[in-house]
Amino acid sequence: MLKTVEPAIAVDQLVKVYKTTRAVDGISFALEPGSITGLLGGNGAGKTTTLAMVMGLIMPTSGTVKVLGAEMPRQRYQVLHEMNFESPYVDMPHRLTVRQNLKVFGLLYAVEDLAGRIAALVRELDLSEFLDRPTGKLSAGQKTRVALAKALINSPRVLLLDEPTASLDPDTADWVRGHLERFRKQRGATVLLASHNMAEVERLCERVIIMKRGHIEDDDTPQRLLVRYGRETLEEVFLDVARGRGEAREAAQ
Amino acid sequence: MRAPSISAVTLAPHRIAAMVRRYVYLLRSSWTRLLELIYWPAVQLFVWGFLQLYIAQNSGFFARASGVFIAAVLMWDVLFRGQLGFSVSFLEEMWSRNLTNLMISPLRPIEFVCALMIMSLIRLAIGMLPVTFLAMAFFGFNVYSLGLALAAFFLNLILTSWAVGIVVAGVLLRNGMGAESLAWTLMFVLMPLTCVYYPVSVLPDWLQVLAWTLPPTYVFEGMRALLMEHVIRADLMLEAFVLNALYFGAGVLVFLQLLKSARRVGSLLQTGE
Repeated sequence: MLKTVEPAIAVDQLVKVYKTTRAVDGISFALEPGSITGLLGGNGAGKTTTLAMVMGLIMPTSGTVKVLGAEMPRQRYQVLHEMNFESPYVDMPHRLTVRQNLKVFGLLYAVEDLAGRIAALVRELDLSEFLDRPTGKLSAGQKTRVALAKALINSPRVLLLDEPTASLDPDTADWVRGHLERFRKQRGATVLLASHNMAEVERLCERVIIMKRGHIEDDDTPQRLLVRYGRETLEEVFLDVARGRGEAREAAQ
Repeated sequence: MRAPSISAVTLAPHRIAAMVRRYVYLLRSSWTRLLELIYWPAVQLFVWGFLQLYIAQNSGFFARASGVFIAAVLMWDVLFRGQLGFSVSFLEEMWSRNLTNLMISPLRPIEFVCALMIMSLIRLAIGMLPVTFLAMAFFGFNVYSLGLALAAFFLNLILTSWAVGIVVAGVLLRNGMGAESLAWTLMFVLMPLTCVYYPVSVLPDWLQVLAWTLPPTYVFEGMRALLMEHVIRADLMLEAFVLNALYFGAGVLVFLQLLKSARRVGSLLQTGE
């Protein structure tokens, strides 16, 4: 008999309507435990709304989201301690030091041996230099590392990332990607990453879901997408989808 | 309307403690925030204290009702600053764009509310305790001489302040920072109606009906009865407590409904204007 593995994230016919706008329009996908998936799309494609519904921050108009078997947002408290999120558009209290912020979030997530966990994150993410500095006084790169430390404080089984390297210099962005890759492999975590950055998605993701105006336009591995669209980079594939295939090819010629 | 699930109303002391710790860190990091807590209550005390002295020198009635204005201003500050302490702690999360982090954490709304209530008490203690000692030093008024009645006044006023604070927090969650001014001004709607500085009997009849629907009215009437007639009005305190229990329960339900509505319209992601 075949053994079926329950998806870490299962989205089924998900719809979100804001007044008259259909931000997400009937999307479905399932993510295997331990996988890393990119959610690609232009502005207004519905990526952030989808992430927010997966986190239970937004209530779907119709359809269902299940995370680790729990229906969101109704059963969110069964799984929120096993999830976390990072986005440059969400801050942490500015006046609290990095250490204080990590302590507060560690307590909220009931992290065992919190001091040990913070010490490990400080080591892994190289935070020691500014550990006792107010979070609001850090550079963008340092803030991203701290936000990542907060997102990893509970060693989440499901990690959601919204443009995790936006506004970072290439060196820091590359370093962050490397760390995410290592974390995912070590923890076996499921990662869903919304991004505009094609190079990032190409490097990190084993599967790409391309969204446009609330729909899923395509869903496959990066390699298969490149072959199918006859392109060399995901950026070209993205342009094909965003502009319509013919239009993009004309532009390329 | 479906009742909130059991897990949404279960309390975990460690999460409440984590949130209190977060606000204490904040207060410790900013002496201006600490100073602000004492500054306005002290200014209010001196304005009303000197006015009380002036009127008492020119009126036999007020000379007998020694301390009534000072007691009123102290009680008003418990009501107003209690709500402000609750609301400002909540606003700190919106100002620092941290609300999303909290909403995706295992922190339950009811734990968040408990932490805000504790912070309201801590902020009140920091702001009001020194002011009560200033009242003794400058005007010879010892609010602690009110004894058990003071505890009843305080309990009723703080319950009203939390009920208002909870509703304001819900409106902020639902409508974002555009509703921030409510946090600073809503309580002032109650000021003329709750008869802080004058008896209910001076209001027009129809307004008296409205005044008696507000728990602080009972407290201020009880306070005047104690200071001017030396009578403890336990009946008033009990009625205020019953009303407070109703308003507090209604406040929590309104908060949970506004939170649900915020999830529906997506305002937990967009906490700006």
